Amino acid sequence: MRIELSVNGTAHPLEVEPRMSLLDCLRERLLLTGAHAGCEHGVCGACTVLVDGVPIRSCLMFAVQADGYAITTIEGIAPGPGELSPVQDAFCETHGLQCGYCTPAMVLTAHALLAGNPAPTRAEIVEAISGNICRCTGYAQIVEAIALAAERMRGLNQPAPAP
Amino acid sequence: MLAAGDDVRLIAGGQTLVPLMAMRLARPKRLIDIARIAELAFVRGEPDAVVIGATTKQCILERDPLIRGQVPLLAKVMPFVGHAPIRARGTIGGSLANADPAAEIALAAIILDATVVYRDGDKEVEIRAFDFLTGPMMTVLSPSSCLTCVRFPIWREARMGVGFHEVSARRSDFAFASAGAQIALDENSACRRLALGVGAVTSVPLRLDTLARTLEGREGYAFEGGAAEQSKLRDAVAAAIAEIEPLSDLHASADYRRRAATTLLMRAIADAYRAAKGRATRAH
Repeated sequence: MRIELSVNGTAHPLEVEPRMSLLDCLRERLLLTGAHAGCEHGVCGACTVLVDGVPIRSCLMFAVQADGYAITTIEGIAPGPGELSPVQDAFCETHGLQCGYCTPAMVLTAHALLAGNPAPTRAEIVEAISGNICRCTGYAQIVEAIALAAERMRGLNQPAPAP
Repeated sequence: MLAAGDDVRLIAGGQTLVPLMAMRLARPKRLIDIARIAELAFVRGEPDAVVIGATTKQCILERDPLIRGQVPLLAKVMPFVGHAPIRARGTIGGSLANADPAAEIALAAIILDATVVYRDGDKEVEIRAFDFLTGPMMTVLSPSSCLTCVRFPIWREARMGVGFHEVSARRSDFAFASAGAQIALDENSACRRLALGVGAVTSVPLRLDTLARTLEGREGYAFEGGAAEQSKLRDAVAAAIAEIEPLSDLHASADYRRRAATTLLMRAIADAYRAAKGRATRAH
């Protein structure tokens, strides 16, 4: 089936089998391997991408169903090559990851949260990432990272300028 | 295409069907995607009801002002339906057609006596949710039918309130027991009208009409009174729950479900009463 996927602002005309999941399409056809295949039945959240800015499970959506929507993957989050988004930066700074498998999905989910809610409470952060399973760090530093990113993005607590 | 048979399944949000396919529990030959049929996704106010199109996404139900205002019990249960990414794709019709005993949307539909409309060929059928859900993961839908909308009756009383509680292993996971209540009070805070139900306890969400009729007409102190009144209320709730033969599994025994349902229903009634009492006797 012929579709056009808009991923990170670029249109990709593709010929895909209707049975191909959006996750497999992103990874195998577009080589965007930041969306991770975890459980592949919608429980772990590792495959989360943004569809029109909203986090969804790319393993539960067929690529043909994503035709025409604006898809954002972790590869489209950084402002430029070699740079990090404020959320990615905060994850590094608070050590919000160990193995990194859940991280792209966590970062995307955090971006979606902060886009609609620049000053989330701890409870709102926890609720937002409740569909993303991390088996390493135990969430404390992930929550901390998102809170820090929120603060930074509101223009507070900027890192000290280089001397 | 549906009527032609040949192992065709409808897909809308795909939040249940696709996991089943991933686990090879469902292997349909063909899928028909109805997610983008605009006529199936709507929230519409009618004089006595709010009508919701089958493919209306669950995240819409959560925040739609008409639903929040007129069918607050439905809005109230929505945060408990899966996680936000699931609700971003999952639909109201998909949840009802799936008929999970623990599904919160089905419980709200049963409590409020909602009706379900489906089409089968040229035939259009409107049926009470109570008759639509026939068992665990079972409905009256034939392989060739398509759910089109759900009609939730509106309560017009000015002093109306709702409550919902559930217990599960993790937030947003399948409930072991859930309970919802919708109450309308008169100007003296006596219970004028009450609808109650429990979910995940039996194979289909259960409306507790006998209990509701028992409590209707009682004065406000029966709901907000001291220990003696609370214990009377609890006895009435426990008596109604005692008549149920609950599901029993590895996670929650029948006895646990009975106790949990009793406590959850007490909390749901208390919340509903408090919310209703907080509202002015006359709509502004």
